[in-house]
Amino acid sequence: MSAHQHPHEEQDFLFKYVFSQDHKMISKQFLITGFIMGFIGLSMSTLFRLQLGFPGESFWIIDFLLGSWAENGVMLPDKYLALVTMHGTIMVFFLLTAGLSGTFSNLLIPLQIGARDMASGFLNMLSYWFFFVSSVIMLISLGVEGGAASAGWTIYPPLSALPQSIPGSGLGMTLWLVSMAIFIASSLLGSLNYIVTILNLRTKGMTMTRLPLTIWSFLITAIVGVISFPVLLAAALLLVFDRSFGTSFYLSDIYIGGQVLEHSGGSPILFEHLFWFLGHPEVYIVLLPALGITSEIVSTMSRKPIFGYRAMITSMLAIGFLSAIVWGHHMFVTGMNPFLGAVFTFTTLLIAIPSAVKVFNYITTLWKGNIKFSPAMLFSIGLVSTFISGGLTGLILGDSALDINVHDTYFVVGHFHIVMGLSGIFGMIAGVYHWFPKLFGRMLNNKLGNLHFWITIVSSYGIFFPMHFLGLAGVPRRYYTNSEFPLFDNLLDINTLITWFAILAFAGQLIFFFNFVYSALRGPKAPQNPWKANSLEWTTGVKHIHGNWPGEIPAVYRWPYDYSKVNENGDYVTGEDFIPQIVPLGEGELDGGGH
Amino acid sequence: MIALVAIVAVLLVIATAVQILKIAELRATESGKEIYEISAKQSKAQAFLLMVFLVAYFGFFAWQVWKWGGLMLPVSASEHGVGIDKLMNITLWFIIPVFIITHIFLFWFSYKYSFSETRKALFFSHSNKLEMFWTIIPSIALTVLILVGLSNWNKIMTPVASEQEHILIEVYGQQFSWTARYAGKDGKLGRASVEYIEGVNALGIDVSDENAKDDKIVKGEFHLPVGVPVQFVFRSQDVLHSAYMPHFRAQMNCVPGLKTQFNFIPTITTEEMKKITNNENFEYILLCNKICGAAHYNMQMDIIVESKEDFEKWLAEQKEFSAE
Repeated sequence: MSAHQHPHEEQDFLFKYVFSQDHKMISKQFLITGFIMGFIGLSMSTLFRLQLGFPGESFWIIDFLLGSWAENGVMLPDKYLALVTMHGTIMVFFLLTAGLSGTFSNLLIPLQIGARDMASGFLNMLSYWFFFVSSVIMLISLGVEGGAASAGWTIYPPLSALPQSIPGSGLGMTLWLVSMAIFIASSLLGSLNYIVTILNLRTKGMTMTRLPLTIWSFLITAIVGVISFPVLLAAALLLVFDRSFGTSFYLSDIYIGGQVLEHSGGSPILFEHLFWFLGHPEVYIVLLPALGITSEIVSTMSRKPIFGYRAMITSMLAIGFLSAIVWGHHMFVTGMNPFLGAVFTFTTLLIAIPSAVKVFNYITTLWKGNIKFSPAMLFSIGLVSTFISGGLTGLILGDSALDINVHDTYFVVGHFHIVMGLSGIFGMIAGVYHWFPKLFGRMLNNKLGNLHFWITIVSSYGIFFPMHFLGLAGVPRRYYTNSEFPLFDNLLDINTLITWFAILAFAGQLIFFFNFVYSALRGPKAPQNPWKANSLEWTTGVKHIHGNWPGEIPAVYRWPYDYSKVNENGDYVTGEDFIPQIVPLGEGELDGGGH
Repeated sequence: MIALVAIVAVLLVIATAVQILKIAELRATESGKEIYEISAKQSKAQAFLLMVFLVAYFGFFAWQVWKWGGLMLPVSASEHGVGIDKLMNITLWFIIPVFIITHIFLFWFSYKYSFSETRKALFFSHSNKLEMFWTIIPSIALTVLILVGLSNWNKIMTPVASEQEHILIEVYGQQFSWTARYAGKDGKLGRASVEYIEGVNALGIDVSDENAKDDKIVKGEFHLPVGVPVQFVFRSQDVLHSAYMPHFRAQMNCVPGLKTQFNFIPTITTEEMKKITNNENFEYILLCNKICGAAHYNMQMDIIVESKEDFEKWLAEQKEFSAE
């Protein structure tokens, strides 16, 4: 008997924790892999901040961690660029795309729409393992001869195409391209699954206008991803052809390393178009899930319906649509036809309208609420703040005439780190605090969570706000040091200050990682519905079971935002300040924000 | 050894933290509550901190403007740059108030409506009037910004008319230096191609081209006359570079295989700018602003703006291409 059972149990372990097809397990796999990658990306930025804040000074930690990438405790100039490139790639794709969407789309789509699992559990599993393999390849590229890719996360050719131009464009760049191709496959498998699941597997009564905004944001994100990621794959493949098979899609008239290259007739601008056709929607692939997550949290913790549910959906649709036709604002000074510059200025500034609507709706949701400040709620408020602070400077960069002088300066670095980096990461962290009970069946510690929030928001503004001033002083990004220019001499203090804040930010995240690991293993057991929320995921048990609901999947009778709904006498309709979606409508009661 | 001590220290810190958390959880359970429950008092404390943060955030903003405002780029040294600066000011006058007002509302509401056991939240799910209001207002503001922005853009990007008096300069980028080439008396730049690059002829100029003979090539620094339109043409030898001249509000990428262009009229000489910035050593610079390799951070060329007479005298001293 036992001899018969033994291999069976082993298989169980392997298929339960490793090759799982259960969306909840896959969600945790995405989260943990994403966080490990994120931690690596964060550490890289802290290291190169040391170089920028204290140029040329020797640090044992740099010697210790970077090995041959440094000399006497100072990193080498081209390896500085490798760190910058890998930091960008890891943060944008591995943490904020796969880590964010992979975690929360997987966790919440089946749970919130009332489905047993994803439409295809097998594709879902493949999506994670493609992501895992691409992560591993990306990390391996750090150790190859010549170093990791060093052409910036945007990998513009010819720099990325020619190993003669920078050592990182050798094997490191090849692995970058292979890793990203696999990553894109992962992302597409995931996105297709999300779309099909949302459209086909909603439970009885779950109409599109009863979906939580999280689900809407995941749906729009997935559609944007399916449209734009294949274009990056095409761009990457053509670059592989140029690098390895002598084609000339992006290369022409080049003299390097003492010889004329045979490439003729290509243009780097073609690559820029293809890259940004993904690259800009990518910003919204990061942002939209974060906005969806925080909409849900702000409403739940304010004990109020999200204000303007339909306007929120409409603005996300508008953002999703516009995101596909604004990519040229990254190319105002590339030599692209100035007429196109004018068109892209127009479409770009239009995005401010739905974004403004979202901000005002968030703020109105808070108005006359009854707000409980959980760490998730604090991070959500933080997101609204970063979304405003970073979004507004987009009006400067999106305006082609103004972009001329701040293009590629630290102004841009400050802008996109606040509006996309911080908003994305705040949304993701808020989601982790909020749905930790659903992920691990335990609660995170609130005091450590609050401390984490305060350190994070103070240090992140301390890092990125001064960068706008550097940019307005004309400091270009991706400079190993500013000490070669007398013009920038008196800006060193700003850089030193930024670096101190970066070290503080790093320390703050250690608190979070400790809280995360401790609580996942030893934290207090979670109740079924800790935040008294309406959506369906809180009707499932704390302990994960395959299929999510033990019996029938519950039917849905109302939208998910019936918080603090009162009758004519001013009393709560059900005696409590929330009415879960599974509660049938009372007599004469209107659904979806009707009174 | 140090690493070992560090690891032990970290482990001790973690162990202590775990114990403290355990104690806190036990104490909470003894008082009949769970540690993760958020009381009205705790919520209020965070709300108060949010207000403190709001004040600190504005304070930090003001402090930066006061402390670093003087380190920003000085007034524009080109004609179109004045327009750009004006547009920048208009935009800032729009976004800074929006930044301040939305933040005040965001944090004030957070503070004011922090959790209380006795209050009920207002069930307020939508208002078409409000939503129309804050769709239309930004739309109008953006229309203004777009119109002003595009009129500037179109003016800036229009090349200098060939019949107008102007100077034609080619700026050539390579890893990791800049070269400038003046068109010479004929006002025409000689043909160039990578095939002709050899030895000192780094720009690949076709020596058989008549137009090339009077071209003048300079390195290290190049001069511009004040008040005369300068038409720039940009080329690159190897990878992408970007010719960034921040004081003139000018930037354009240098693309292998493609000629790009930009033009401006310098309005302030180097000497005048030294007085304006109160800096004896002030120089205008051209720097690279597109990642181009290991020494990207040090790819620069000085620009001297001087009177037309001084400029012509300087240019006359430069050797013609055919003389090299």
